[in-house]
Amino acid sequence: MPVVWIPSLMRSLTDGKEQVPIEGETLRAVIEALESDFPGFKARVIDEDRIRPGLAVSINGEVTNEGLRQKVGPNDEVHFVAAISGG
Amino acid sequence: MATKTEDYLGKTDYKVVGTRPIRHDGTDKVTGRAIYGADVRMSGLLYGKVLRSPHAHARIKSIDVSKAEQHPGVKSIITVADLPLQEDRIAELGEGAANLTHLRANVLADDKVLYHGHAVAAVAATSLNAAEEALHLIDVDYEELEPVLDVRKAMESDAPLLIENQTTSSMGEDTGTKSNVSTHFQHKLGDAEAAFAAADIVVEREFDTATVHQGYIETHNATGHWSTDGTVTVWCSTQGSFTVREQVAQLLDLSVSRVKVVPTEIGGGFGGKIRVYLEPLAAVLSKKTGRPVQLVMTREEVLQATGPTAGSYIRCKMGAKKDGKLVAAEAYLAYESGGFPGAWAAPGSMCIFAPYDIENVTIDGYEVLVNKPQTMAYRAPGATNAAFASETVIDEICEKLGTDPLEFRLANSSKEGTRRADGPVFPRIGHEECLKAALNHPHYKSKLEGPNRGRGVASGFWFNVGLKSSAAASVNTDGTVSLVEGSTDIGGTRTSIAMQLAEVLGIPAEDVKPSVVDTDSVGYTDVTGGSRTTFATGWAAYEAAQDIQRQTIGRAAKLWEISEEDVTCEEGVYRSKSDPSKSMSFKELAGKLDDTGGPLVGRAAVDPAGVGGAFATMIVDVEIDEETGKIQILRATLCQDVGKAIHPSYVEGQMQGGVAQGIGWAINEEYFYNADGRLANGSLLDYRMPTALDLPLLETEIVEVPNPGHPYGVRGVGEVPIIPPPAAVANAVYQAIGTRMEVLPMSPARILEALWAKGNGKS
Repeated sequence: MPVVWIPSLMRSLTDGKEQVPIEGETLRAVIEALESDFPGFKARVIDEDRIRPGLAVSINGEVTNEGLRQKVGPNDEVHFVAAISGG
Repeated sequence: MATKTEDYLGKTDYKVVGTRPIRHDGTDKVTGRAIYGADVRMSGLLYGKVLRSPHAHARIKSIDVSKAEQHPGVKSIITVADLPLQEDRIAELGEGAANLTHLRANVLADDKVLYHGHAVAAVAATSLNAAEEALHLIDVDYEELEPVLDVRKAMESDAPLLIENQTTSSMGEDTGTKSNVSTHFQHKLGDAEAAFAAADIVVEREFDTATVHQGYIETHNATGHWSTDGTVTVWCSTQGSFTVREQVAQLLDLSVSRVKVVPTEIGGGFGGKIRVYLEPLAAVLSKKTGRPVQLVMTREEVLQATGPTAGSYIRCKMGAKKDGKLVAAEAYLAYESGGFPGAWAAPGSMCIFAPYDIENVTIDGYEVLVNKPQTMAYRAPGATNAAFASETVIDEICEKLGTDPLEFRLANSSKEGTRRADGPVFPRIGHEECLKAALNHPHYKSKLEGPNRGRGVASGFWFNVGLKSSAAASVNTDGTVSLVEGSTDIGGTRTSIAMQLAEVLGIPAEDVKPSVVDTDSVGYTDVTGGSRTTFATGWAAYEAAQDIQRQTIGRAAKLWEISEEDVTCEEGVYRSKSDPSKSMSFKELAGKLDDTGGPLVGRAAVDPAGVGGAFATMIVDVEIDEETGKIQILRATLCQDVGKAIHPSYVEGQMQGGVAQGIGWAINEEYFYNADGRLANGSLLDYRMPTALDLPLLETEIVEVPNPGHPYGVRGVGEVPIIPPPAAVANAVYQAIGTRMEVLPMSPARILEALWAKGNGKS
């Protein structure tokens, strides 16, 4: 199943766990499953049914441009990272 | 269209890619015919000026425009009351997001001014003189407040608050405590504390970097024309016409279809021409007067009131074993946001240790409000500050180990599979190749002798970005192709994009006629920034060419009355597989379009994945003048992984430009504020950017480790070259005079202080 790397500032929600294997075939499903196991998680990363502004989700190192609909595979790594723009 | 990381074609025998054709806009640029924003003229044009705050921090008690309105030349005066109220919400603005309340209050101050030069009111008049005279007739009653200009002081619990309801957000959680600290980031990998305890060598230092400006030569400008049909057209100098459209629409409560943005030629941006300043003012003044209105900033206004990069305080600690293995790293980065929350500590935190494979890392980053203009991106925003700290500390570790600084970096380099401190794993990257290129470079192999001379090296990393781009290409009957795109051309991208189209079609780059067009004339395209344009808009051109190719094969089949499957196309020549006597060039086929179905247009819109991060390593030799404290740059070389150089001359130009700017950060550039928070050096006479006289020919070594995520292997080149110079120069200064420089810029005054502290010589 996919593994979510928990941002360090959110590990208080996951009892200190740095990585959490969790079921889900889409990013939305993964986050819902995390919310079920670790209440409060969803509100920290989602705002109005979208990934929070300023935040991005990386699947195996690729920042997704498909938002919560992004497919997640059983061997995927999911990371919540700062959204990067540039100059 | 989502793209995948296996898109790299793996070709090496290019006909167009990798060559150096003359840029399509070159003649217009060198003859002065190119139209910049301030060149825009139209019937009935009014001239606008902005009244700016003389205070760094003050409450606006009242604004009285009645006397100014009596001026015979004045047609309209606006304040923030003329901008629709905005919800306190974050809006996506193409590249990045912005709080609309803050954006509105930055365009025209609301109840407070938050920095010297903050816009308070705007005037439209029949002449520039009349507009300037009217500014003096506007009475603003201010209640001056204590400013806070230092990032550390601004973080103290009793510091004056700039935005009184500002609290700190930590990864989506609001602390609820009022503070100038708007955001806290943290990255943790492994156990840094334990690794430091086990390290043989630990070095920790504190660093300060100054507020510096991008220094684009063309100042901000905007011309607005509000039509009687309720639509508005804005001509401006911008890195992104679509983000200007979005910002103007959001700020004026318009649908985007009622706003057209025409990007004029741009005289530099470097990240500073993405946020709007004048565009909404030009639009509203035009609405109120019924006439087009133009505003052009002076240099002083640019320096006072547009977004420089973040000044910062950084504490950096790194630990290594005696065998030369980096085992632990820790950083605390506090970045100035200026008067409104910003976002540059995040990339700084993600980049600071990225060049190295370190298993135990803790990084804390903070965004902090200070009474300075709201910061903006500046080539690899946040990363240059961060690398100044980490690369200086690494140099000291090398010294303590007695190791060659490039060999040490190579032994500890990130590579494919290395996990970054912020979590993701690197795909194929080229830091090792940059280091090897530097090690083998004649510059590094040369001897540097003489008193007060030193050599330094440093590396840097930047992500680069992808984002959205569109392109459309029409085949002309003379065999040329007209290409329209939405990426404003700052560094030769018309040509680098056209070349990618030409490569597919097998035609010369000169046969492509690229045009940068307005927001009504091309599909959505994100900003020219993030080193993305040659990568993503080039990809759109590549796809548009593929679209043309598919259609031209059909046209050839129709002409020869054979099936499409029987037609091949290689390097612009169409052939029948079954009948070798049938062949035709792209140009010949283009001449027969009318006989085969009429006009032929290719198009594409992309939002590509597969972005390739970039690394660069710099070698620099300096000589210190003991009497003046001046750092003379004797020789500078940058080795940079560019993936694939589509047009090597423009790649070299980006590398040289970035290095020149990075040297400016290193040796001179700095905002000076007096105790009241007023900018004291608001001109290019006093804000000292390097000139050609300050720099030797900057040497470039293009390293090509193809990005597996792009058809031609492009990574993007515009940002990473600014990252290594400050640290490389600091390390060279240490070799020259024996002092570790911890403050940017290393101005003559600071060098003299260092020399005097050592008794004028190396210890």
